[in-house]
Formats: sequence, structure tokens, C-alpha cells
Amino acid sequence: MCRSRNTLSDTLVDEVSGNIIDQCVAQGVPFAREYGGLLDNRSFGGTQVQRTFYAAGQTGQQLLLGAYSALSRQIGVGHVKMYHRHEMLDLVKVDGKARGIIARNLVTGEIERHSAHAVIIASGGYGNVYFLSTNAMGSNVTAAWKTHKRGALFANPCFVQIHPTCIPVHGTNQSKLTLMSESLRNSGRIWVPKKKEDAEAIRAGKMKPTQIAEDDRDYFLERRYPAFGNLVPRDVASRAAKERCDAGYGIEANNTNEGVYLDFSSEIYSKGKQAAFGQGDHAPSDEKILELGKKWIEEKYGNLFQMYEKITDENPYETPMKIYPAVHYTMGGVWVDYNLQSTIPGCFVAGEANFSDHGANRLGASALMQGLADGYFVLPYTVSNYLADEIRTGKISTDSAEFDEAEKNVRDQINTFLNNNGTKSVDSFHKRLGLIMWNKVGMGRSEQGLKEAIAEIEALRTEFRKDVFVPGSADELNPELEKAIRVADLIELGQLMAQDGLQRNESCGGHFREEYQDAEGETLRDDENFKIVSAWEYKGDDIRQEELHKEALNYEFIKIAARNYK
Amino acid sequence: MASKFINITLKIWRQKNGTTKGALETYGLNNVSTDSSFLEMLDQLNEQLINERKNPVAFDHDCREGICGSCSLYINGRAHGPDRGVTTCQLHMRTFKDGETIYVEPWRSRAFPVIKDLVVDRSAFDRIQQAGGFVSVNTSGRTIDANATPIPKADADKAFEAAACIGCGACVASCKNGSAMLFVGAKVSQYALLPQGKVEAQQRVLNMVRQMDEEGFGNCTNTGACEVECPKGISIENIARMNREYLKAIVTEE
Repeated sequence: MCRSRNTLSDTLVDEVSGNIIDQCVAQGVPFAREYGGLLDNRSFGGTQVQRTFYAAGQTGQQLLLGAYSALSRQIGVGHVKMYHRHEMLDLVKVDGKARGIIARNLVTGEIERHSAHAVIIASGGYGNVYFLSTNAMGSNVTAAWKTHKRGALFANPCFVQIHPTCIPVHGTNQSKLTLMSESLRNSGRIWVPKKKEDAEAIRAGKMKPTQIAEDDRDYFLERRYPAFGNLVPRDVASRAAKERCDAGYGIEANNTNEGVYLDFSSEIYSKGKQAAFGQGDHAPSDEKILELGKKWIEEKYGNLFQMYEKITDENPYETPMKIYPAVHYTMGGVWVDYNLQSTIPGCFVAGEANFSDHGANRLGASALMQGLADGYFVLPYTVSNYLADEIRTGKISTDSAEFDEAEKNVRDQINTFLNNNGTKSVDSFHKRLGLIMWNKVGMGRSEQGLKEAIAEIEALRTEFRKDVFVPGSADELNPELEKAIRVADLIELGQLMAQDGLQRNESCGGHFREEYQDAEGETLRDDENFKIVSAWEYKGDDIRQEELHKEALNYEFIKIAARNYK
Repeated sequence: MASKFINITLKIWRQKNGTTKGALETYGLNNVSTDSSFLEMLDQLNEQLINERKNPVAFDHDCREGICGSCSLYINGRAHGPDRGVTTCQLHMRTFKDGETIYVEPWRSRAFPVIKDLVVDRSAFDRIQQAGGFVSVNTSGRTIDANATPIPKADADKAFEAAACIGCGACVASCKNGSAMLFVGAKVSQYALLPQGKVEAQQRVLNMVRQMDEEGFGNCTNTGACEVECPKGISIENIARMNREYLKAIVTEE
């Protein structure tokens, strides 16, 4: 977790991670158990020991459902009022403090004013700036970006995690990318053909991966990183896959040839043999080994294998999976202090929407841990502490000049879109933004590429404002209008990400500047100049004018060192 | 993945809002990649409609990988379409033939009123969950050690299978009675199977069933259609378990 606040990462890992598991189990989250009844463990990316608790291949989903059930209980008893199908479109500040929001009822289109003594933003990350990502389609940066525009600093926007195990792109109508759980790297070995002609034959459909002899396979992670092998951190695994594909060894027959194999045959064999021995058969036939091995795989990853087969129409029990990196998580976000309060008093930001814990590179199984830690164990104390000084503040009226101004701001934006009468769909702009971001602010970045990206995004924004077409009206369910508002913010954010990447003259974690690498292609950090958080202040419509503030990072508990996964 | 391209005809339910009448409308769509998901095909249709300056089709979707439970389309007379064990977003166009006519409707159930086109309001499920689908524990950070209560692996596994429910509502849409008992059965079972949920199991099942009835869902007559269409393969054993829990609760209720 380089470039993160040491004390905060430390708190997350040492002090509350155990509490989170206890809390979730108490809520009824069905974590996997050993036969003895205790919690089961497994390993994950960036680690060499088995220390991760899990619920099959859908731990995150189960933690989410656990939180949903706990929230449902609070709604049921009347402690929380839920507004379904609503979107926050502006933050309202009164006397410098966050005092409410403007929201749009997505069903009726009504613009609503909500006042409060404090506002908490927990709106997730901004991976959809790349158009294609593993994020849900509804994920966006709007709540966080509006907060930024109202004065909250936005930190480390260029730190993006590109996850190595996603299903490759199938074509131009692709709308999102599917993550195959990282847990698969426990059992799968990643490879491409050693010979370029084999890769070409595979792409042309003239050869199958199972026909390539063991000696003709390049297990490039095991070759480059023998100590961690297939379990190197996500950024390292992703770049290594890109390096092989850029060199012409990619195996996917899409227009970029981007794809590598994730092969389970070794694991199937070894687990099958273990299972046979366990049954007392010390001379099992190959047939029996394969049968038992596949059964073991099915028990561990059955749902993922099924999901893969549904998407690709290939059976991963028989042929290796095809995978390629995709945008998965954004480490940057709204700058917050140790109480998760942004630079706007009374505006707190939790989970992926803030920048706080992961630095330049998030390790496996920590996104939900952070979200739950922020929500369950940090905010209840820090928000209460803030509210203690507000104990004599009465109900805040929504009938004020500040609410008037914010509401007008929202209405103006909506009307501009609906009356724009342009010629191109919102998605067409979003896809173009995504391509610029993926090619120039993606896995490999350079000074020249970033400068080009900034200029291209600026031009795209001008064209978007002039030529986007948003059908329908403001007073109905209008998904195109929702998307237009979000894409407007993503375009501005994209430009800031490129600017942030341009100022950070080093390679660290998910930020790989091609100018800063060693002879073996590993990252070169610059601890003297960039042991900082870059926090940007909004300075009006021209994103180039954003002002950079630097927060120095101090490490008390760990020694700064280059990571070595070899 | 060698893509093929097909041409299709779509008959799609269009309805302006919850108070107006809807109707099926016909659209032609060409050059649909067989590797596209069903929702990507709808994106392609919407792009075409926008370019013709017509109103695009509204449909619910979010994660597009089968875990959020928001995509909810009734395709050719089946919840989530012709494939087994998938949500609509995981249904791929290779399931359809070139030249085929495909019917797309919203979930059909009185308890899920249409909001617009293919979008329905499934907040009835939320209200059932709010009535009892939880363990009453506060987030104090002072719960007991998760390993202090050993859970037999078989129970943990069964609870997990029930917990795989994503609340999409395909069970309701597929049931001739519009019953939500597979959904409620899954939630009741998940908690009833685990020691931490057993404590309030009796009250939970009574509250959730009461809310389910109030929302206007029908009863179960064991046709099993829900299990067939459930994208997560939730077993109707969970309905049986809920019935046992309910009977136990009702005869021992104070």
C-alpha cells in the first residue's frame, strides 16, 4: 500500500479487520467453515499466506448483503429513511459548512431539497471514467465531483487499480467487463505461448491451447516472480500481461489481441490426486484423478466457472480461461482527514469515494474491509464528535439563498442538456472518453501521452457540451439524462486524472510512468519528491487551473523499500 | 471468440408510466454480435433509437454480471429468457437464431407495478426484508469472536446456498400465483440455519410472512416454476423449510 497513510492502513489491518469479520458473522454472513466448524481461510493476491476469510467466490456480494440486511433492520424500526431511485446532484453549503443536498427523484424527475447537520458521501469509485470497467453501470463520480466543485479537495485521482483477472473484450458493443474473482489465481497458472507463431495460430483458430506442450508455454509470472508467482499484486500481474500482449504473444482474437491464459489443469491434477489418496486410493487412474480434481474445483469455484462459461461459451474445466486486465478500483477520491471529513466541515466521505487507505495500490480483499470499517467503526464516532458541537443548532431550513442557488444550478444543467438539440448520444461520448483514458491514462503512461490526453479530453468536453443529444423530458424516468449528467462530470475528472499523472514523475503501485522503470521493467519510485498525497483544489470551469496541494506522508511503523516479489 | 452477427425482430413492451396503458411495439435490429449480452443488444437498439431521435427503451440494470439482481426481463415468456441459471445480463445473443422474433416484457406481478417500459418497482421485497430479514445486532465493534460459535460445515454450506439469492424477483414473475415464497424462503432459511439467526427465528418468519401477504404476493402451490427460473438455483427445499419454521412458530407463539 505504498503512498498511503501508514497509521491509517495500520489501523485498518490490525485493529478493525478482525472486528469486521466478527460483526459480519454476527449479522448472519455465511462465511465458509472448516469441518471443525471454525472459519476457513485462503490466500489472495499480494500475500504468501492463507489469511483471507471467504464465502465461495462471492465474498464481496455476501458482505454487501450483510450490510443491506443490517440497514433494512434500521429502516424497519424507523431509524433510517430510504430514498430509492434518487440521485444527489449538488452539495449545499451554508456558512462554509455542509448543510444538505439537492437530489433528483429519478422516477418523477422532481428536484428535492434535503437539509442536514452533516452530509456523508459513500458513492463509490470512478472506474467508469474508462467506459469499460468491472464497476456496475450505475457507478459514477457525480456526488463526489459535485462535492469537489463545492470546495472539497480531490486526492490522488491518477491512482487506479487495473485488475488482472477479467474476461477479455469481445467487441465494440461491449458495455462492461466481468471480473473473475482473484481467488482463481490461487489455483490457476497464467501463461501465453513461448512461440509467437503458436499465439498467431491460436488467434486464427487453427490451434487449441491444450495442444501446446508444457515446454512451449511461458508461465511469465512464475518466470519473473518466482517467490510470489501467480499471486503477485494486481498491478504487477496486469502490467506483466500487457507486456506479453504488447510483444505479440496475446491469445485473444479481438481487435487488440489482448488476452492471456489462466490454466487450472495443474491444480485439477494435484487436488484430484490428494482427494484420491484421501479416499485410500494410493494408485488412482488419471481418469479418477481428473474426476476428483474437477469436483474439487467445482466446490471451490463452481459459480465462477459457470459464469465464465455463460459469457464465453467455453468450458474452463476442459480448456484454460482467457483473461485480461481491466479497470477495477480507484484508490483516489475525495481528500479526507483521519476522521473521514473532507475539507468542507460537516461533509464526510466513506469507502471507495474517499482516497484514504490504499495509497497507490490496493491489495486483495480490502475494499469491502475499508468500506465496512469506515461505516461501522469510524463514522459513528467521528460524525458524533462533529455533531456534538452542533447540539444547539436547530433544524436547518431549506428555504435559503444557498438552497435556491444550488437548486438553480441543477435545474440549469438539466435544461441545458434537454434543450441542447445535438446529434450524438451520451454513450458515444462516454466511449470516446474511455478510449482516451485506457490508451493514455491506463496501465502505461508517459509525459507525451498524458499531455495529449489532456488536450483531447478538453476538446471532447467542448464537443460534448455542443453536440450531445438527450431525448425525453425532465419530469419522467429518463436514463439518458442521468447518464448525461454523470458523463459531464467524468469528462472533467478524466482531465484531472491525466494532470495528476503528469505531475507525478515516478512509478508507484497502479501508476506506471514509462519513463520511470528499471532495466527489467519494474517500477522506479521517487521517495524524495513524491512521498506525498496530491490533493487538487477546484478553481472553476477550466480544469487546468486546479491547484495542487501536497500532504507529506510519514512512515513510523514500516521501512520504506522497493517492493520485491521475486 | 469468433463473433457471428445476426438480425432480429424485437417486440418490446412500451409503457410511458405507471398510470398509462402499455403495448408491444416492433423494432428491427441488424448486426447483433452473438457475443453480446442481451442488455448489450438493448444498448445497441437504444443507440439506434436515439440516432432516429426516438425515445430509448427504459430497463433496469446495474452490475451486468449476475449479482445485483436488478435486470428483470421476461423474454419469450420466461423470466431472464431461455437459458438456465442466468440473469438477463448473463444471457447472450448466441442463444438466439438469425431472423428470430424476440418478445421482451417486464416482470408480470401485481406486487411489482410497472414504472416505465420494462422497469418495475420491486420495493415490496425491501419491505419484506425490513420486516425481519436480519439478525438484530448493532455495529458496536464488540460482538463475540466469530470462531466462538462453531458452525457445522453442512449448515454453513446450506445457509450459503440460500444466501446466494439476489432478490431479482424471477421467482415471482414465473409463478402462476405470483408467489414470493422462494425469495422469502431463502431469506428465512439463511438465518434459521445459522446459530446466530436461530435466536429470533420464530419472530422473523412470522413477520416476514405477514409482510409478504400484505404486499399482495400469492401462495405456493408447489409447481416448482420458481426453482427452474431462479438464476441462482435456489432450491424449493427452502420453501419447505420456511413452512416448517412458520408452523413451528405459529403453534408455539405466545
